[in-house]
Amino acid sequence: MPEILQNPPLLLCPLGDNAVALLFGETISPDIHRRILAVAQALEQQPFAGLVEFVPAFTSLTVYYDPWVLSQQGKLDAYSEVVRQLGILVEQVQETHTKPARVVELPVVYGGIYGPDLEEVAEHAGLSTDEVVRIHSSGTYHVYMIGFAPGFPYLGGMDVRLSVPRKADPRNRIPAGSVGIAGAQTGVYSISTPGGWQLIGRTPLQLFNPGRDNPSLLQAGDEVRFVPISPEEFLVMEEEQAWD
Amino acid sequence: MGLKIRKPGLLTTVQDLGRYGYQRQGVVVGGAMDKVALRIANLLVGNAEGAATLEISMQGPEIEFEQDTIIALGGADLSASINDKPVRLWRPVLVKAGSILRFGKPRYGNYTYLAVGGGVDVPVVMGSCSTYMHAGLGGLQGRALRSGDKLYLGASSETNRQILSALLLQGKKEASFTEALWSPEPELLPAYAQYPVLRARGNLEYNWFSESSRGYIWQEKYKLLPQSDRMGYRLQGAMLVLEEERGMLSTAVSFGTVQVPKQGNPIILMADAQTTGGYPRIIQVITADLPKLAQVQPGGVISFEDISLEEAQRLFYQQELSMLALQQAILYKLNQV
Repeated sequence: MPEILQNPPLLLCPLGDNAVALLFGETISPDIHRRILAVAQALEQQPFAGLVEFVPAFTSLTVYYDPWVLSQQGKLDAYSEVVRQLGILVEQVQETHTKPARVVELPVVYGGIYGPDLEEVAEHAGLSTDEVVRIHSSGTYHVYMIGFAPGFPYLGGMDVRLSVPRKADPRNRIPAGSVGIAGAQTGVYSISTPGGWQLIGRTPLQLFNPGRDNPSLLQAGDEVRFVPISPEEFLVMEEEQAWD
Repeated sequence: MGLKIRKPGLLTTVQDLGRYGYQRQGVVVGGAMDKVALRIANLLVGNAEGAATLEISMQGPEIEFEQDTIIALGGADLSASINDKPVRLWRPVLVKAGSILRFGKPRYGNYTYLAVGGGVDVPVVMGSCSTYMHAGLGGLQGRALRSGDKLYLGASSETNRQILSALLLQGKKEASFTEALWSPEPELLPAYAQYPVLRARGNLEYNWFSESSRGYIWQEKYKLLPQSDRMGYRLQGAMLVLEEERGMLSTAVSFGTVQVPKQGNPIILMADAQTTGGYPRIIQVITADLPKLAQVQPGGVISFEDISLEEAQRLFYQQELSMLALQQAILYKLNQV
């Protein structure tokens, strides 16, 4: 059933009757992710007729298409046609074509009411709260995908010293912008939802705003850095955001 | 002037065909659970097929019309009535100002679409009017309708006005509503069933499942549980297990994806499916059968039939051709008047 491209090696599989999944591997790696984003970028620049949208993930790129649009062009076997088009595209794409990663700095107030679990995390890690903040804000994180909720980034690259289990009792409402840790992952709640992550801080930036051209502040492929700020700076920036 | 919501019902939201192009930003497609019913209802009032409608589920709302309005109802039969007189699905209806639309006992299906001439006028958010409640997006302030809400109608098209004037001529002056004398041929309308066989295809992790699980999914019947909603339909039946324990990285899922969490009962993702998921995907229901799936009531029994990709796409083309035929038939009817 799957189509195999030889150069570069790649597996293509139908996902239902209106999507194709491109499978680049089975383990998370920045190299694989770069290739995924290179193909995504090429698709954006040279969309084929009938392309609806695409979703990059850790090791896959899922391409949605409209078989009706293709059939109207006489391509009754829409799947084969999409595979053919993707094959051409993938062959053209060289890794060097990817744009350099965009670095997005997220200002964060750590601790206090903004990060009620900072002390718990520090205790669990056997570090001081200052050390947790220093370690968390000195890392560079890679955005592998946006999913789970609008604008929610799946980040890679957290220092394992900060790993901490989820809260035994999830909170009913976590404010948007909350920066949390769950297991060996760190992330930022993009909208207000219930959740079980350990909250260490909050950013005043809106990770999701439907009024913007790009509603999601972060995109797959971005690099993220957390920059500590004071509660006073938070309030000023939060107010500025409200005028956006 | 427009629609006044006197009672909201169980869950009434503004929906259209969904929000495309933002899945990579984590924004669900959403839109109508039964997109075919929505499209037909819109065509019947002379709207573009994707105009914003009200999606009404199970326990319907009570709606007052503040102006003469052309409506059409499509999808589930929730015993609709206007000023307490039954009103039929799948045909244009002129409702006079001051009349009240109510719903009663659900006869079949879950979701009814109320299309109004000109469409429901709500702001377009990221290319769609669909309500996505989880993120408070679209529709009326991103939420379900409440008592006292008022909805306005969009600008009428030439076709909207033609239908309105034809029904004004046809109806009695004192009648609170007038139904058109015609309705599409039944073969152009969706065929719903409480015990449907849904056609599907093995999905990417199909081969991860044990041999017996792969047998069950095609042979056994699955019951639809009441804990089902716009995001997913939960099923109960023969447990599905993996051949061996293995982890999975979150990846794309969509309307029709059947995921199997660890406990072994499958979940079919529906219109508000999250954009990515981390459970193995055993099968995918074909696009052409999604309307039938959407209308299966809790307690209904589903079975799956394996078909080829070519066949799945052929059935989708057939559905689109029916829609074109319907559009032509409606225009023909209007020109006759």
